[in-house]
Parts: sequence; structure tokens; C-alpha cells
Amino acid sequence: MIDFTPFILSFKLAFIVTLILLFIGIPYAWYLSNTKSKIKPFLETITALPIVLPPSVLGFYLLVFLSPDSFLGGVVYKLFHLKLVFSFPGLVVASSIYSFPFMIQPIQSGFDTLNKNIIEASYLSGKSRLTTLFKVILPNIKSSLLTAIVITFAHTIGEFGVVLMVGGSIPGKTEVASVAIYDYVENLDYHSAHIYSAILLIISFLVLFFVYFINHNQRKRYDLY
Amino acid sequence: MIYINVRKKLSGVIENMELEFKLNIKKGEFLAIIGESGSGKTTLLRIIAGLEKSEGEIIVDKEIWQNEKIFLPPQKREIGFVFQDFALFPNMNVLENLLYVKNDKDLANHLLKISGIENLKNRYPNTLSGGQKQRVALARALMRKPKILLLDEPFSALDEKRREDLQDRLYFFHKEFDLTTIMVSHSSSEVYKLADNLVELNYGKIKRYGNAKKLLINSKTSEKFTIRGKLIDIIKADIINIAVVSVGNNIIECVISQNEAKNLKIGDNVILSTKAFHPNIRVINENIIS
Repeated sequence: MIDFTPFILSFKLAFIVTLILLFIGIPYAWYLSNTKSKIKPFLETITALPIVLPPSVLGFYLLVFLSPDSFLGGVVYKLFHLKLVFSFPGLVVASSIYSFPFMIQPIQSGFDTLNKNIIEASYLSGKSRLTTLFKVILPNIKSSLLTAIVITFAHTIGEFGVVLMVGGSIPGKTEVASVAIYDYVENLDYHSAHIYSAILLIISFLVLFFVYFINHNQRKRYDLY
Repeated sequence: MIYINVRKKLSGVIENMELEFKLNIKKGEFLAIIGESGSGKTTLLRIIAGLEKSEGEIIVDKEIWQNEKIFLPPQKREIGFVFQDFALFPNMNVLENLLYVKNDKDLANHLLKISGIENLKNRYPNTLSGGQKQRVALARALMRKPKILLLDEPFSALDEKRREDLQDRLYFFHKEFDLTTIMVSHSSSEVYKLADNLVELNYGKIKRYGNAKKLLINSKTSEKFTIRGKLIDIIKADIINIAVVSVGNNIIECVISQNEAKNLKIGDNVILSTKAFHPNIRVINENIIS
């Protein structure tokens, strides 16, 4: 019998991370898309950094900065009694940082290509900024939002190095599916590794196919780009 | 009565150009704004709409839209605005585009009907032609029952035939809804046909203002008729020269003397005029409109 706990952990982690990043991502990407500030290239670099940084580097720094002995980790521990290393909340923080660019970049490019006149047309229709955001802006970058959400979700499920370093592969707590495969291979249990790998492969394929399929149809219908 | 007296620094063609515009516009007036690109025409419309800030005052029917203390945002100004690219909401169909402005189905259906686009109400903007989009944009602008209708080169993206049709429609709406209309335009025929008054902007300042028809007819000479065009070629034929002039969509050939040819160069904007001859005129309606 296969133990599905690592998959449930993976999905739980991906779901929470995606939700958090969506809330941060929309205003942050909006700011990046509209700002003329000189710090924009700097912010964009920071945002994209997790894409090029080896996961072990990021994992190492997160271990250092999130441990209860460090300033940040210490404050969180004192305030909330929350340990941010070798724990699930720690995984959420680490994954949110690691998956950050995958949420921001599609949304930002969606905002960049949006015809700004339709925003003004909405104001001239007497609509507030909030109504404009929900009725005009977000629906017209729907395919970018969908891409951002699904890719972030999939990327969080697929990550390995950072979760291994920050989470430490504790079964039932921080041992997500990708890490479990590594553990099986290390224990020469190829049978389980095969099953887990096949499941992840199929899920990844389906997730990506879903994004491309929906986006293809969306564009045909609304001609959003 | 609309009183506009605004100033704004522009980063236009010239460095540190300042837009200065002071004018009274009567209720029900159709005002055209013309001028070179970069002279501040669109900026002026955006200032009136509240999309851009400026110094000075805008007072509409005794209601202050802006002065030193007050600045009404676009949401609070009773304005209909037709963008050059129409700016329809791509995620909504035609009817939804109208209802988004005001949830009044009767008004929306009425506007679609008199715009002749009732049959398009379930279509999405990307499936519409330029002329159809333009009608939707105009109908949407009227949903708010605006006091002022602002149009930024509304016909520039359309072909000749559509343009004339929509000009008639715009004039009808202007009268029917008792609008004060301000239109930025590049086309003198459009302005001649629609506008009561005309303002010409030059580097942000008012260069000319007055009755559109009087200003557009060249008053310097006493020709019986004049046509403006562009000289596109000079053909030498034996001892005479033929000037080829493009006027609108037509090409006109005109015999000129050697001396006249010397003073002309290809690309010049020219006026064709005649005094002595009686021009022939004949009806061409049935052939032209297919």
C-alpha cells in the first residue's frame, strides 16, 4: 500500500503558498508594472533571484535567517511560538520565497500588456478603483492570473532543494512527495520511487496541459493580447 | 455654460511647453479642437475629463469641477469620453459594456437601437469591426447621460464611408441628447461638417478661435472655389507641365506653366482654385456608394 501522506503534504503546502503569493502578488506586480521609480530594476532583480539561485544557496540562507537563534527566527519564535526551520510553517515561508517569481512575473506581464485606456474608461464610467480592479483589470488578465496560479502551484509541488534543507524531511511533517522520492532512492526502494515519480510526472503534465489549453481558448474568445 | 481656464506644463515637441487654454463654451455647442500633433489637444481633453491634473479652473453649469481647492475625479464628472482606440472592455459583450456604466437596460437597448447595433449586443469587442466598435463606444459614452461629450479623433481609424455615416450619427446624438460636444480632429471636412466653433492649438496656446465654417474657408483670396491637396508629382509633357495633386482619395491633374513648375516641389501642400471658369457639377451618388 502506498503512503499518500507526502502527497497530501505537498498539495497542502502548494495550496497555502499559492494563496499567500496571490494576495501579495497582485498588488506587488501592479506596483512593478506601473512604477517609474529608479529602484524598479533592483526590485525586479530581487524578484527573479530565486529562478537562478541554486536551491541549496537559498535553503542555506533561509536556514541561517529563520532559525530560532537568528534575529528574525527568534522574534517569530518569541511572538508566536513558531519554529520556522524543520517545521511545516517554515516550509511555507521558504516555499513562498522560492516560488515568488513564478507568481509575480506572469501577473506583471499581464498588467504590462493591458490597455490602460480601459482602466480610464472605467473611471469615466463612474466606477471606483476597487470596482475597476475586480470588474475590468483582473478579468482582462485572467489568463495571466491562471498561468501564475497554476505554475506557482506546480512549482511548489516540484521543488526539492529548499524544502529538503529548511524542512529536513521529517515524515508526516515536512517530508513532501519530491523529498520522499529522494529518500526511497537512497534506501534503494526503487519500486516506491517509481510509483511516486510517475504520479508527479502525470500531475505535472496535466497541470501544464490545463494551463495551455485554457489559455488557448481564452485568447481565441476575447483576443486578450 | 462651461468655463475652462487651465494651465499645464507639457513635455511635448518643445521642451517646457506650457498648455494654456481659456475659453467659454456654450451649452449645446459643438466645439472642434484642431492643431498639429503634440500641440496639447489630447491633453486638454484629458484635463477636462479629470484624467490629468492641471492648474486653473473648470466650471460646468455653476458646478466647480476644479479650482485651487477642489478637484473632482473623473468618476464625479458627468462626462462621456470616446477614446481613439475606443477602449471597450474586452471581457464584456456589447450590452454588458453599456450596462457596466449604468444598469439601465431600457436606456442601453434604446441606445443600441438608435445606433443600429441592436443585433450585435451579445458579441464581444474583438469580433467587431472598427465602425461597429466606434458605435458601441459612442453608445457607452452616452449611458451616463453626460453633460459633456469628449471625443479624441473618433473617426481616424475608419474608412471614408463609415466615417461619414458615423459623423451623421454623432451629430444626431449631439442634438438629440442636448450635449455639449468637444471633439479633437485632424480632418477639416469633419470639422466643417459638424462643428459650430473651432479652436486651433499651436504649441499649447490658442492660435485661432471662432466660427468653424468661416475659419476653414480660406478668406485671404477671392477664389470661387478652393481645394486643398498635396502635390505628388510634376510630369513634363512637351512644353507644358502637369501637376498631380492628391485630394482626399482622389488624384487630380492640372496643367501648369514652366514658371509655375519652378516654384513647386513634390510634397508641397497646395491649394487648387479657380475664378474664371464655371465648374461642372454632376451627381455621382449611385455609383460611389456600393
